[in-house]
Amino acid sequence: MRVSLSKALQQRIFEQMEATYPNEGGGFLLGQVEGDLVTIVDIIQVENVFAVEEQHHRYAMTPQDWIRLEDEADERGFSLVGYYHSHPDSPAIPSEYDREHALPNFVYIITSVMMARADDMRAWLLRPDRGAFDGALLRLS
Amino acid sequence: MAKVRIPTPLRAFTEGAANIDVAGATVGEALVNLVEQHPELRDHLFNDDELRSFVNVFIGDEDIRFLQGLDTEIAADESLRIIPSIAGGRR
Repeated sequence: MRVSLSKALQQRIFEQMEATYPNEGGGFLLGQVEGDLVTIVDIIQVENVFAVEEQHHRYAMTPQDWIRLEDEADERGFSLVGYYHSHPDSPAIPSEYDREHALPNFVYIITSVMMARADDMRAWLLRPDRGAFDGALLRLS
Repeated sequence: MAKVRIPTPLRAFTEGAANIDVAGATVGEALVNLVEQHPELRDHLFNDDELRSFVNVFIGDEDIRFLQGLDTEIAADESLRIIPSIAGGRR
């Protein structure tokens, strides 16, 4: 699977993640899927609703966020193709917690933020058997 | 029949369909009917016979966990919606 993301959208993600540091931040990825190519056309920042004292290592959205943004994506002719979040002072590699809460056919973009600077971004996909993530090729344009 | 709206990532397991007609008098029966029609959904919705913790089922604006859970009775023309809780974290 390949994931296409513009450098402008990557920069918006980096700026959001640096602003939320030392806490985690995140949002949805809107786009379209054609064969094995996922093209991200927009990002939608979503507030972290996890308990404030846990936000340094946890990120969550509400089900109402999902309803609102899935409907908005449908109206715009796109799909929710994934979500992004940060790992402050940790690598851009999915955790066991990420895997337990993941869905297949959904792109997971993780940004590593080290000492308040976003320095790595990687894309992942959950295997259909839920056993592990596989890395996806992130193509910046 | 009641309808279940499928979240975008799971539509790969329903041949792309966003809404599936299901039979059943309760939410639990409707979901069992759903996974009988589309068996690949099972592992992503259930852990044994329990809904996975990140899987929410709504009737209108109401989360069934605040009703009677899987035992919540549904009308013949009820519209259900499966909604994933998006969550992550570095460890």
